[in-house]
Amino acid sequence: MSAFTPKTEVKIAGVTLKNPVMTASGTFGSGMEYGEFFDLSKLGAVVTKGVADKPWPGNPTPRIAETPSGMLNAIGLQNPGIDVFISRDLPYLAQYDTKVIVNVCGHSEEEYLNVVRRLAETDADMLEINISCPNVKEGGIAFGTDPKAVERITRAVKREARQPVIMKLSPNVTDIRVMARAAEAGGADAVSLINTLTGMKIDIERRTFAIANRTGGLSGPAIRPVAVRMVYEASHAVSIPVIGMGGIMSGEDAVEFLMAGARAVSVGTAHFQDPLASLRVAEGIRAFLERKQIEDVNDIVGIVS
Amino acid sequence: MRHETAAVVFQETIAENIKSLVLRVSFADEIVPGQFISLYSADKSRLLPRPISICQVNREAGTIRLVYRLAGAGTREFALLSPGDTVKVLGPLGNGFPVKDFTDKNVLLIGGGIGIPPLLQTAAELHKASFAVGYRSETYLYEDMQAIGDVYVSTEDGSLGTKGNVLDAIRENGLHPDAAFACGPKPMLRALSAWAENENIPLYISMEEHMACGIGACLACVCKTTEEDGHSHVKNARICKDGPVFLSKEVDLT
Repeated sequence: MSAFTPKTEVKIAGVTLKNPVMTASGTFGSGMEYGEFFDLSKLGAVVTKGVADKPWPGNPTPRIAETPSGMLNAIGLQNPGIDVFISRDLPYLAQYDTKVIVNVCGHSEEEYLNVVRRLAETDADMLEINISCPNVKEGGIAFGTDPKAVERITRAVKREARQPVIMKLSPNVTDIRVMARAAEAGGADAVSLINTLTGMKIDIERRTFAIANRTGGLSGPAIRPVAVRMVYEASHAVSIPVIGMGGIMSGEDAVEFLMAGARAVSVGTAHFQDPLASLRVAEGIRAFLERKQIEDVNDIVGIVS
Repeated sequence: MRHETAAVVFQETIAENIKSLVLRVSFADEIVPGQFISLYSADKSRLLPRPISICQVNREAGTIRLVYRLAGAGTREFALLSPGDTVKVLGPLGNGFPVKDFTDKNVLLIGGGIGIPPLLQTAAELHKASFAVGYRSETYLYEDMQAIGDVYVSTEDGSLGTKGNVLDAIRENGLHPDAAFACGPKPMLRALSAWAENENIPLYISMEEHMACGIGACLACVCKTTEEDGHSHVKNARICKDGPVFLSKEVDLT
C-alpha cells in the first residue's frame, strides 16, 4: 500500500471543487432523490435541473425513448419555478459540503435575467445558463446556435449575475469553437458542453414518433466521441475553463474528457443506469490518478493536444 | 428503496410471451402492493431500467414474483435469466395501493392485460377482494386469483367469461363494490373512471409511462393531474414517485 494521495481539487472561475465531478443538469433534479443513495458532499458540485422564473409544465408524454447506447429526451424543462426552487431546493442542497451550480432557463432574455437576479440573493455558487435545450421552442437552443445571440445573452447575464457564469453550449452547430468564443467574448467565466444532440426515433409498429415532441435530445455513451471532440476543440479555442460532458459512465470516460481539455466533467444519463454513477466516476478518476501515480488531476487537463 | 443485486430463484413461461420470474431481494418485507421495481439490463448498451410491477411477495422466503410481458430487447434479456443468475434491481418504487384503508371493504380489483399482475399481492392484503380481469384471449394468473377471491373474466373473443371488456363483465355480473383498484391500459382506466364516478365509489388507478430514473428526478414519466402536483406545481405528477397509484379523480385521463 502506497500512501500516495492524488490531489483532485479543481478551480473554476475562482470556485474550488473538491473533485472535478458534477452532475449534468436535468438528470439529477435538485439532488434530493439521489441524496437517498449517497452523500452528495462527495461530489465536486451538484448542477440542478433548469429553473425558470415561473413554473413550466414541460412537454406531453412520452418524453423519452431508449436508443442504442443512449436515449432521447424531450422533457421540456418542467420545473417548479424560482420561488419554490429557492425555498425548497437550495436549502436542501445547503446541507451538503458541495458546490451548488444552478442551471437557468428562459424563453426570453428577460426571463433568464429574472432568474439570475433572484439567484443573486442566494448562496448558489455558480450559474449555468442553458442556451442549448433542444426541446423548447423559444429560448434554449434558439439562443445557443447564433453566435451573436450567445454573446449578447452572456453579456446581459454577466451584468446581473453575482456568481460566476457558465454558458452551456449546444452541439447542434457547425463549429463549436465559434460558440465558445462568443461566450468568452460576452464575458462568460466558463463554458460547459455538450448539451444533447437533436435526434428522432420512429415507432414503426405505431407509425408515429417515439416521443411526443417528435424530436428529442440524444444523450448517453452514443454521443461520447462527439462530445470529446467538441471539448477538445472548444478548449483550444478559448482560455476560460471548459466543463465536459456527454455519455460519461466511468472514471476512465471522465479522464478522456480531462485529457481533451476539460477542467471538470458532468455525469448525467449514467445516473439512470446506476444511481451511484457520479460517485463512481469521482472514485474512478482518483483510482486512475493513483494507478498512474499522477499527483494532481490538473496535470492531465488538456494533456493530449 | 434499495439498489442491489438480486438472485434469480425461478423463471417460467405462463402464457404466450408472459414470463413469471421469482427473485430473492432484501426488501420483500417493505413492499406495499402496487409498488414496482426497476430491473437493469446486463447489456450496458440498454441504458434504461425496465419498471416491472410486483405480482406477489413471499416475506418469509424474502422473494418477490414478477410477471411480465416480452415487449422488446430488455425483457427478452430478462427472459433468459435462470436460477443461479443475478440481476441488478432498484426497489421498491412508487406508492402502491392504499390497502390499509380498505382492509375490510369489498374492493374490486380490475385488471386489463399486463395490468393484472400487481392485483395479486394487493388482493392478498385485503380481506374481501374480488377480481374483474380482461384478456384478449389466452388467460394467465387465473388460478392464482381464484385461490384468493371471486374472478369475473372478460375476453375479447368470448373464449372465457363475458365477451367484451372488463366493464362489460362488471355490468353483466351486477358488481357494486365499495371501492375499486385498477391497473391496465389508459382507455380502460378512462372508462372505469366514468363508471366509478357514476357508482360514487373511490377508484384508485395505477398509471404507466416510459421511465428513466424511476425515483422522481428526471421528470420523464409524468401524468396530467387535475390539481397542482406537489413537486413542480404544474399539474404534472411523477408517476414513478408520486404514483403509480392515483385516485382516478386526481388524474386528467383525457
